[in-house]
Amino acid sequence: MKLSVWTYEGPPHVGAMRVATGMTGLHYVLHAPQGDTYADLLFTMIERRDQRPPVTYTTFQARDLGADTADLFKRACHDAYERFKPQAIIVGASCTAELIQDDPGGLAETMGLPVPVIPLELPSYQRKENFGADETFFQIVRHLARPMERTREVSVNLLGSTALGFRHRDDVAEIRAILAVLGIAVNVVAPMTASPADIARLGAAHFNVLMYPETAETAARWCEKSLGQPYTKTVPIGVGATRDFIDEVLDLAGIDALIDESRLRLPWWSQSVDSTYLTGKRVFLFGDATHVAAMARVAEGEMGFDVVGLGCYNREFARPIRALAREMGLTALITDDYLEVEAAIAELQPEMILGTQMERHIGKRLGIPCAVISAPVHVQDFPARFSPVMGFEGANVLFDTLVHPLVMGLEEHLLTMFREDFEFHDGAGASHHGGKAAQRDEGVATSAIAPDPAPVESSFEIVWLADAEQELRKIPFFVRGKAKRNTERFAAERGVAEISIDTLYEAKAHYAR
Amino acid sequence: MTNHTPLPPARGCRDVPILKERGQREVFCGLTGIIWLHRKMQDAFFLVVGSRTCAHLLQSAAGVMIFAEPRFGTAILEEKDLAGMADAHEELDREVAHLLSRRPDIRQLFLVGSCPSEVIKLDLARAAERLSKVYAPHVRVLNYSGSGIETTFTQGEDACLAAMVPELPATEARELLLVGALPDVVEDQALSLLAGLGVDRVRCLPARRAEDAPAVGPNTVFALTQPFLGDTHAALEHRGARYIDAPFPFGEEGTTAWLGAIAQEFGVRPERFESVTAAPRARARKAIAAQAADLNGKRVFFFPDSQLEVPLARFLTRECGMEAVEVGTPYLHRGICAPDLDLLTEGPVISEGQDVDLQLDRCRAARPDLTVCGLGLANPLEAEGLRTKWAIELVFTPVHFYEQAGDLAGLFSRPLRRRAKLSGLEQLPERAAP
Repeated sequence: MKLSVWTYEGPPHVGAMRVATGMTGLHYVLHAPQGDTYADLLFTMIERRDQRPPVTYTTFQARDLGADTADLFKRACHDAYERFKPQAIIVGASCTAELIQDDPGGLAETMGLPVPVIPLELPSYQRKENFGADETFFQIVRHLARPMERTREVSVNLLGSTALGFRHRDDVAEIRAILAVLGIAVNVVAPMTASPADIARLGAAHFNVLMYPETAETAARWCEKSLGQPYTKTVPIGVGATRDFIDEVLDLAGIDALIDESRLRLPWWSQSVDSTYLTGKRVFLFGDATHVAAMARVAEGEMGFDVVGLGCYNREFARPIRALAREMGLTALITDDYLEVEAAIAELQPEMILGTQMERHIGKRLGIPCAVISAPVHVQDFPARFSPVMGFEGANVLFDTLVHPLVMGLEEHLLTMFREDFEFHDGAGASHHGGKAAQRDEGVATSAIAPDPAPVESSFEIVWLADAEQELRKIPFFVRGKAKRNTERFAAERGVAEISIDTLYEAKAHYAR
Repeated sequence: MTNHTPLPPARGCRDVPILKERGQREVFCGLTGIIWLHRKMQDAFFLVVGSRTCAHLLQSAAGVMIFAEPRFGTAILEEKDLAGMADAHEELDREVAHLLSRRPDIRQLFLVGSCPSEVIKLDLARAAERLSKVYAPHVRVLNYSGSGIETTFTQGEDACLAAMVPELPATEARELLLVGALPDVVEDQALSLLAGLGVDRVRCLPARRAEDAPAVGPNTVFALTQPFLGDTHAALEHRGARYIDAPFPFGEEGTTAWLGAIAQEFGVRPERFESVTAAPRARARKAIAAQAADLNGKRVFFFPDSQLEVPLARFLTRECGMEAVEVGTPYLHRGICAPDLDLLTEGPVISEGQDVDLQLDRCRAARPDLTVCGLGLANPLEAEGLRTKWAIELVFTPVHFYEQAGDLAGLFSRPLRRRAKLSGLEQLPERAAP
């Protein structure tokens, strides 16, 4: 048993739903109690889908348990086929149905339905949403795809996009645009938008573009082995990764082409003097492994930030993330417990978080700005405008995304210069963000605007003298936490029990980069 | 006094046949009630013993994650708990100890059963009894089931309150007990109206804090503020309390009838009743009228959701001029809803339970002007050109009594007003892609 308040991933059958809902002509018969139907709203509300997910829930009740839940499942399966006439059906159990062991796969097989029935084994008490999506897509591909003649011209499949994916809709469009310029045709995009008939013709492509390893790596591997299709290893998020991806694609296609990069703005935006203030901003990275790994490269090399900590919530990808962290001289945080992530962020006091919706909340609590770069998704992650994170336009979007939460360069200087001005003070927040500017609290004893970080542990008690505390308040809010912590650590290491203004500035000089 | 209120219908719906359906349901489970119960009881913690799905439901149904340490959480069962490798009770004791040491402000702990904990027959009653002994007197540990195999959405609140009743202290006092978790502002309005009537020995269940828990006994009379509290109703009668039968306090008519029943019980003189209620009644009627213009003559279809459907259909038909096509409810407690059914003119299909695909067929055929449904159905129906109202807002928004009557009508009129206001968004046929 493990106590959990907020979770990064849903249960595995929600992953299966992401695959089914992304596809067309497929139906999912899920053995599950009525409460599990909440999952529909993830798709209809968060993603604003205009159709119900193609899922029939058996919605068994307590009184059915003594009777025949297996029969209930078969009836639901039969009715779903008759009503929706899908090209294929996937069947499985949610966590509760797993316990009553009705074997939906076996039951459905005996029904003699005239379409392929694909059973799913998704262990609800061991695995999570991403596994569910990956395994479901793999099973669908394994059951339906067969080796076949390749298309005459070079073509690829785009693998991994699902319903409720972080920017999948726009990433697919962007990658299609890049491939079109390279003269490479797209055979099938899957799971999103593919029908079972489309899955059956995956084998016609020359190779696969694996867009999201979290949801399609197992399928990509199977295609490599069984259909003889290699797949791309670079995820094209950021400038360098997009260029590497294009090289990899050209290499696999065996063609040579020059690509027009005039759409790409990040390089100049990042090199223009206005961006100098971004230099060395301390950022913390957390999310799914693919987005975190890609963003580490963007943050360091393309934005000029310092990555001071990183990690991912999907344990399946712990190894590459640990290796990446080691390369960067860091220790990766692999956890799905947001309290641990919060503790790590509080400890590191970064100037910005690149995370998920969960970290956005953590940032709100700690007074640290956050840009969302990864699932789990929120309604805000489905913007009306075109907003990919992959490819050239994706790089442009990332530049804006990573700059927006910060106080702008000149403004940062002005806040530092006039930090005691009663109107133009740091508590007023960044000028391009909404909200009413608060008047500075002139009271000395009242609390700071951002919550203070936990005090540094030491063997003796460290107190701030009144004038030093007053001076600390003059430090802009976005670095105040770090300054407080560094000063206390500095004092603790030197056995200084009382922090004066001198201690504060000695510590500043000590930690100056 | 009744010059604005239509006469009761010659034939109400009390005895009409019910369309009972059993098929796929599209409803929340009882765990969802934790979202509002944990805000209402400020020193209570709700510990769901369940699966990752339960945690995910609470997170998703909450809509926004309120991060100021919510007073609920899920003890997620793992493979080793199921395989018998770990003693689930020991595991639970450990998690509870951890939780209570972190949250010394917690005075009531609810162990909430879920589908998986019910299926593996994890005895949470025994766990609650054991833990109560350990943490008494500072913390009281109770249990109830919010599982989807036994409870639907608002039934979770019923199960929670019903679990509290046997633990309430006994009293011989003649007191009025208001039952149902209302937003504080609404509860205060009710108390103020009752005080105006001279009914001032009033207690509330649930109380905002454990120390304010009401007592109950043979001289207690109770009024329900929500129609879904059937088990709580039975538990209170079991303690000797007597129920004050009335329509539910939605809208001007419902609130007046509800207050009237209490006034009668306490022998309040009609003049006093009139003087206390006249002004708020007039305000409520005026506020409703402002919204009812958009609702008058429109047809409404209810999918089963919160069990508020029958009283709301009564409100919309009698006070807002709407016509009810179908009133679906997950469960119809005929006894508790009888006064509302009496006021609902015969005509609409009253359905209980659900077969969602069949019900969608009926809804599409009827083409109502407004469909009240859950979040999973709303956008798909909008895309088919039907206007919808999310049912969940009805339990997350203050809607009871006079001062909220206009807001309640507004929840239904807003989707229609929005539709009328938006213009030029339909794609012209000549611009549509071939």
